[in-house]
Amino acid sequence: MSHVTSAVRTPLVTGGKTYADVTEDISRQVEGKPTRAWTIAFTISVIVLIYGAACVFWTWWEGLGVWGLNKTVGWAWDITNFVWWVGIGHAGTLISAILLLFRQKWRTAVNRAAEAMTIFAVICAASFILMHMGRPWLALWALPLPNTFGSLWVNFKSPLVWDVFAISTYFTVSLVFWYMGLLPDLATIRDRARSKVSRYIYGAFSLGWNGSAKTWARYEYMSLILAGLSTPLVLSVHTIVSFDFATSVIPGWHTTIFPPYFVAGAIFSGFAMVQNLMLIIRVVFKLEDYITLEHIESMNKVITLTGSIVGVAYLTEFFIAWYSGVEYESYAFINRATGPYWWAYWAMMTCNVISPQLFWSRTIRRSIVWTFTLSVVVNIGMWFERFVIIVTSLHRDYLPSSWAMFHPTLFDISDYIFSFGLFFTLFLLFSKFLPVVNMAEVKTVIKSSSEKLPASVSGVAKGERVANPAFNKSVE
Amino acid sequence: MEENKTKRYWKGVEELRNDPTFVKNANSEFANPDLSDSSNDLDGILGGSNTQRRDFLKVMGFGMAAVTLAACEAPVHKAIPYIKKPDLTFPSISDYYASTYTEGGEYASVLVETREGRPIKIEGNTLSSVSKGGTSARVQASVLSLYDIDKLKGPKRGESDIDWATADREIISQLNSVAARGGAIRLVTSTILSPATKAVIAEFIAKYPTASHIMYDANSAFGVVQANQASFGKAVIPSYDFSKAQTIVSVGADFLGTWIAPFEFAHSYSQGRKVGAVGNGKKTMSRHYQFETGLSMTGANADYRTAIKPSQEGLVVAALYNKVAAKLGGTAISTASVDVAHLDKAANDLAAARGKAIVVSGSNDPNVQIVVNALNNLLGSYGTTIDINTPVNYRQGNDQQMNAFIDEAKSGRVGAVLFFGANPVYEHPRGAELAESISKISLSVSFADRADETASLVKYIAPAPHYLECWSDAEPKQGFYSLAQPAITNIFKTRQFQSSLLTWIGKPSDFQVYLKNFWRTNRYPQASGFSSFDAFWVKCLNDGVFEPNKGAGVAGGASFAGNVAQAATGISQRYKPSTGLELALYEKVSIGTGSLANNPWLQEMPDPVTKACWDNYAALSQKTANELSLAQNDLVNVTVNGKSIELPVIIQPGQADNTVSVAIGYGREKAGKAANGVGKNAYPFASVAGGYVTLSSFSAKVEKAGGTREIAQTQTHDTVMGRHAVLQETILANYQKNPKAGRFEPKVVTSEGPKTSTDISLWNGYGKPNHSWGMVIDLNACLGCGACVISCQAENNIAVVGRQEVINRREMHWLRIDRYYSSDAEPENLKELEVASANPEVTFQPMLCQHCSNAPCETVCPVLATTHSTEGLNQMTYNRCVGTRYCANNCPYKVRRFNWFKYFDNDNFDYNFNNDLGKMAINPDVTVRSRGVIEKCSFCVQRIQESKLTAKKERRRLEPDEVQTACSQACSTGAIIFGDMNNPESTISKILTEEKDGRAFHVLEEINVRPQISYLTKIRNKDEEPKQATRQESHA
Repeated sequence: MSHVTSAVRTPLVTGGKTYADVTEDISRQVEGKPTRAWTIAFTISVIVLIYGAACVFWTWWEGLGVWGLNKTVGWAWDITNFVWWVGIGHAGTLISAILLLFRQKWRTAVNRAAEAMTIFAVICAASFILMHMGRPWLALWALPLPNTFGSLWVNFKSPLVWDVFAISTYFTVSLVFWYMGLLPDLATIRDRARSKVSRYIYGAFSLGWNGSAKTWARYEYMSLILAGLSTPLVLSVHTIVSFDFATSVIPGWHTTIFPPYFVAGAIFSGFAMVQNLMLIIRVVFKLEDYITLEHIESMNKVITLTGSIVGVAYLTEFFIAWYSGVEYESYAFINRATGPYWWAYWAMMTCNVISPQLFWSRTIRRSIVWTFTLSVVVNIGMWFERFVIIVTSLHRDYLPSSWAMFHPTLFDISDYIFSFGLFFTLFLLFSKFLPVVNMAEVKTVIKSSSEKLPASVSGVAKGERVANPAFNKSVE
Repeated sequence: MEENKTKRYWKGVEELRNDPTFVKNANSEFANPDLSDSSNDLDGILGGSNTQRRDFLKVMGFGMAAVTLAACEAPVHKAIPYIKKPDLTFPSISDYYASTYTEGGEYASVLVETREGRPIKIEGNTLSSVSKGGTSARVQASVLSLYDIDKLKGPKRGESDIDWATADREIISQLNSVAARGGAIRLVTSTILSPATKAVIAEFIAKYPTASHIMYDANSAFGVVQANQASFGKAVIPSYDFSKAQTIVSVGADFLGTWIAPFEFAHSYSQGRKVGAVGNGKKTMSRHYQFETGLSMTGANADYRTAIKPSQEGLVVAALYNKVAAKLGGTAISTASVDVAHLDKAANDLAAARGKAIVVSGSNDPNVQIVVNALNNLLGSYGTTIDINTPVNYRQGNDQQMNAFIDEAKSGRVGAVLFFGANPVYEHPRGAELAESISKISLSVSFADRADETASLVKYIAPAPHYLECWSDAEPKQGFYSLAQPAITNIFKTRQFQSSLLTWIGKPSDFQVYLKNFWRTNRYPQASGFSSFDAFWVKCLNDGVFEPNKGAGVAGGASFAGNVAQAATGISQRYKPSTGLELALYEKVSIGTGSLANNPWLQEMPDPVTKACWDNYAALSQKTANELSLAQNDLVNVTVNGKSIELPVIIQPGQADNTVSVAIGYGREKAGKAANGVGKNAYPFASVAGGYVTLSSFSAKVEKAGGTREIAQTQTHDTVMGRHAVLQETILANYQKNPKAGRFEPKVVTSEGPKTSTDISLWNGYGKPNHSWGMVIDLNACLGCGACVISCQAENNIAVVGRQEVINRREMHWLRIDRYYSSDAEPENLKELEVASANPEVTFQPMLCQHCSNAPCETVCPVLATTHSTEGLNQMTYNRCVGTRYCANNCPYKVRRFNWFKYFDNDNFDYNFNNDLGKMAINPDVTVRSRGVIEKCSFCVQRIQESKLTAKKERRRLEPDEVQTACSQACSTGAIIFGDMNNPESTISKILTEEKDGRAFHVLEEINVRPQISYLTKIRNKDEEPKQATRQESHA
């Protein structure tokens, strides 16, 4: 993986890190006691999860009538949340697979957390697949199971079946890819472990990694192969999710632009979510040297690009609705912008199209506060995008006699909150027990792309530099 | 081999020794001698003695397993087979009994479908030339009232239960003592259609000479009766035949929805409205003018409708009379002039249609009715469209007698009162006065089936059973008789009214015997061609009807002898132009006068016009609402004569400005779970003016009360948004020129030029080699009454979900009737298109699963729960459904319904599915759906299958129209035609062959889903209006 990096490029790792520094900095939170911040965050997440789980249980026990759905609007928050989470789950694989193939070195600092986020987001999305079913205990019927489970086969024409394949494949590959990437780091922690228990556990999970050249070679091959496998998946998952709508007959859903538009939207929201998580992690775990402003800026550029693609898609939809001359299609879009749900539409437009354009300004793009705020705004906007597509298309479709409004209930909201509880609980567990930055990969860029320190101190471990003021002086 | 034979192996040393224990167990499967006396161990275990550790574990194990198994198993309800099967009753095969539905003055000859001895469905009896196989929603729903859990289980004295013997003893002794001291005995009933019952009443009066029989109707037509007395010397209501009329004018009569005999009128009315293949090829139709206050179902069907205030009603009739008289040479009358739209046009059309015209008025004011009679007389309607020589008996109530009775009761001059089929405390304008005086009456008895508002005040309740448990007869129309026979034995300890009366006069109480004898003496002589009375009786029981007058036709006219001038004076005195707010009370098509209010099907049935259910409300026009700064759902106090009720506002297009309409029949307090507290009682707003109950008031007040109450409506968007693919309509003149007028035929531009959308397809389609079930719905014949909706609900076990769930837009009806108002806006102005006209044109469109041949629902189901049959049906497999609702989302017609909750055995839905009695109305052929699954119209696939099996057993093909769906069977106008489109002999095929290039269209044809249901364009008999003309041109 060695290549030449121009000296004028800004370094990816600052603070003149040595290999030892990397290991030390990143393993610290895994090996140490949970920090106060982590404990508080984890407690809150678990409480939210318990509350959400109780609400989900009640939804399951009573029936979906506890939601605000009706005969006209058969999907609302459930599928909105599902698509939103799946969308968020796109960033991880994009970063680890496509950026790997494109040799984007900056990804090394963020790919681990992004992939973890992907996996947890897909789990949250899957929970809504189950939750939205009238009889979730029969969910297995959506799988092409052998006849012992009943003589019927699934309907391969149904986009929901395609979804089952797409999501489960994506989940599996992402999980394997993530776990593969973890192996050298798990081995590092195993080697450093002081207690027998953690040595045993990390040892078991590191699958006997021995750091030999052969092992590393296999690791590299596998990374490339999995990256190759994942790349089409990044595009396919949200394409197929978009088919849930695009193949239907409902005006506002029946649109050929959906696949690229959904993929762009997914990356858009995924990157925004990665930004949010990384900005917190880098502060809490003191990883500012690894996740630098360069990373933040690069991701903001991606956000601006995908946000603009999404914006163009919104305008194209409008144009096509008018150009097609289809009465229902044009009405669906006029209704989006001016109907009873106009506020949702304009919330979406503001958050998704206008707000990311602020990143054209370098100051904003490199401002942590702006980045964090705008990333939250983008994710709100992307939630509204799915809400607008699903609810405003359904609530006024063909026959005006059936037009109706959807109003969320406590359970719509609480079941959404459940997914946050689930996500953050899982993510906090991950951030405590696994290295949040890929140590092995960061080390590969240290030589070529890290901040160079004066010769006198380069190669001296940070701990020593801190202990010995002489070194410190030279740094300054 | 040899060697092997000699070789012996022992199982053990016991075998070698031939141990006795071993020999004993040698042939058993588990020959373990240790277990041989284990039964004794078990006794020990069960007895609780001698329990060993292992026994304890055994019992624990068994116990755990048993508990686990019991928890898994649903509770087993016992199904007990017949010990001795009754002859001709086969499980799963329906028996049909002809009977007669009467509820007050409402009548229908019916067939009762029973399964294993329980009635489950009511169908119209096509042998009746009065009701002609038609039904109304209330007739359809009446079967559920049979299984009403809130009914009394036996007779009551005050609050306490007594037995019949005690009740009879006490009541007879008190009747005798009242009679002995010369105290007045009053039998207060609603209209009684049964001659035999009247004979019983006559005998009762003969036995107790101080008794008299008082009939009154909550929806009185006494004014009509009295006007006919004054005009023709006959105190009757004539027969009306709308089919023969070219011009129909109704002033305030909702004759298709609630007036006199609505579905009978609907049948004859629709005959005059059908054109093309369904109308025997005719291309003319009647023209209908309606002058009314609130938008009624009849007004919604009118070609020209004018909103008038109640105070203008008499004046409109008089003005119409004057205008027609001016043309046809009658004497003019003098009343205040009234200037409303379409009056001249109506008069012109009436005069032009002389001999083929009909004018009806819903007024209960005899003066108005005398002028109507005079007008009809001028128009030569008597003997053509109106037959006064064959009167109908639907309304025999006498408001004056009832009024006098209440006066008597107030002054304490009544010794005994018996209420039958009557709940005057609730449904009479002076009910409150009566309520106070009932306690003054020494003997008061009610025959009500529940302790209703009146019955809860009386001393004895002698509950009469439901009509499906009773013997009776009826004479709806002079010379047309019908029989009612029980379809089930009495569910509770009830006794029919006639038997009670017979008992109390000391006669044998068996009314069946009485009825048979009555028919022997009174009907048999009118019959001919029967060998014996028994043969006649069996035939009548089988047919349900006996119609000696049938085919007699309209026998001559009648000579009008009314005093029009005097009537005009009366009108002038009463009807004066006013500017204030006025009130009009009306009956809803579903709830009527409120006697069936505890029927959840009827409560949840949307009103044809407002589409609201589970409530009554104050209907205001948009203009009046704006003036009073009110919006929909605002609570207001409606005050009339110092009485006030709080109601939510509904904005009603077509409502006359400065008027408020309120439905009667709501606000029941003692009817039962479904009815109590639903809406407010508006009867106190009615008044008795000059001895006639009047349902309007010329002075009312509407004030904001603060707060809101959401009205449960199944449809909240009123207009069709200019979508011609949904609703296709035209006017008669255009239709006559071009049968395809009004059709919308979009073309798709392709590289090979424009094509119709159905020419381009991704799909291969499904073969329909045998049958192809389809439906034609005539938008001209559909009047919106909703009988089909309730019929479907009864047939298909559709759950009632209640008011809040309707507000949540989750009603479960498989078949709904969409009601669209026209809008004045230009087609481009989408915002304005949402607003209905002030006085809109209305279209009703029954909407149900279209059974698309390219069904969007089928492709999207992940588990193949909805599939296509080889007969063109879109099938729903409830068991397979996992409830993703994708099919419902993808349905362009939004006809799929999701079970949001478990609607049976659920206290949150405490309707008929929540008690064992109510569940007896369940059709055993149709699954009751569990929660979490989608359901929808199946084209009554259970009926199709049953007919196919019958045909197969009889080794024949299905007859052309053998299968009828519940909706098509219920429709009294024949608006829904169901059949096999593959059979060229079926009605539907014949219609479609003719109308394929005419009126037939598919809703949303351009999306190429190819429905099996075709609609026939709506045609209005209107003159072309300039605006409409230009719009149609621009559209073309």
